[in-house]
Amino acid sequence: MNRELIEAMHLDVHEALTLRELVELSGLAESVLRELIDEGALQPLDVNESTLRFSADCIVRVRTARRLYQDFELEPHALSLMLRLLERIDALEHELRRLRARSMR
Amino acid sequence: MKYKDYYAIMGVDRTATPDEIKKAYRKLARKFHPDVSKEANAEERFKEVQEAYETLKDPEKRAAYDQLGRHPEGEEFRPPPDWGASFGQGGFGGGFEDIDLADLFAGLSGRARRGGHAPHGPIPGQDFEAGVQLTLDQAYRGTEVELDLVAAEIDEQGVVRRVPHHLKVRIPKGVTDGTKLRVAGKGGKGVNGGRNGDLYLDIQVAPHAIFRVDGQDLYIDLPLAPWEAALGGNIEMPTPAGKISLKVPPGTRAGQQFRIAGRGLQRPDGKAGDLYAVAQIAMPTVLNDRQRALMKELADSSSFNPRAHLETGGVL
Repeated sequence: MNRELIEAMHLDVHEALTLRELVELSGLAESVLRELIDEGALQPLDVNESTLRFSADCIVRVRTARRLYQDFELEPHALSLMLRLLERIDALEHELRRLRARSMR
Repeated sequence: MKYKDYYAIMGVDRTATPDEIKKAYRKLARKFHPDVSKEANAEERFKEVQEAYETLKDPEKRAAYDQLGRHPEGEEFRPPPDWGASFGQGGFGGGFEDIDLADLFAGLSGRARRGGHAPHGPIPGQDFEAGVQLTLDQAYRGTEVELDLVAAEIDEQGVVRRVPHHLKVRIPKGVTDGTKLRVAGKGGKGVNGGRNGDLYLDIQVAPHAIFRVDGQDLYIDLPLAPWEAALGGNIEMPTPAGKISLKVPPGTRAGQQFRIAGRGLQRPDGKAGDLYAVAQIAMPTVLNDRQRALMKELADSSSFNPRAHLETGGVL
């Protein structure tokens, strides 16, 4: 069977996203996303802009947020806390990989 | 369709209370949720748990499930003839062949609550997520992968169908372990003007025998003979793009890193990592008489003390 060849793209080459697009892509309510922004778990590119825009990398974060929110039945504050703790674990794991890569075998 | 024992999956009795079911779900979610679990089969296990919980937490669906009777796990079965009428469904087109148990209950809630009519309002298509495992060579050069995915889709009559999707996807060069890629609009089809779902790819790069990966940078151990480290010289070494000659300065120490700019993983947009060669001093394990004599001569003529920094301390 001939299959159409489709191009996968790095997230950061997609254009910046509006809050409305993040709502659509994540399946989370705007009010929940706004709480994540207020708590610092989701950061717009420029908080001073009238229309908030987000790096396309945020798609991964908001999709994770939606899974955690639904699957653990969290309220937004606990969700923010969980996202920030997961972010710290990611950063530590990244640092561990970096140190392992740099050290001699 | 195949029978799944939702109570066994949740680890609860068939008489469990809603609270007991919820407690069991939370315990299993903590253990197997793919965003927090490091268990090898976490995603697969959590999907089972989620499917079981979606049905057992809803009294209507649980009653419908119980009325299917008890069957051995994995046994092919058909719902009893009057089962659909009891639960307000009737829109499976008369057949259960191309659906599974989860679709049956997903369809039940949709149709029962909408009175058996086609869905109203836009419904977005299902997003797909797939893990893609690559070798470092594939990640470096880019590659094409074929994916076979199955999505539960609602057609215009509101009937849930399992639709296979065969996709051939080009992975751009320069991806690294943990890279997330997106293919917009290539997930399940939206209904009534709902957007199509997206396809997300989670890239995993297998460890390589020679190169270690840190983001887009690559690291390689470069063993040097003691005289190469002492005297310096041009050392031939591999890079992902082929061999190069690296100029190693005299007096190179073990652990010293040499950066070869732009020879790491390179993305199509021009973002490129570097290759780092980490010097190792390798000692010959066997010396002939002449080599031993030369080493002795070197030792006698040198005042170098590699432990000088230890002589002023060490006694606590």
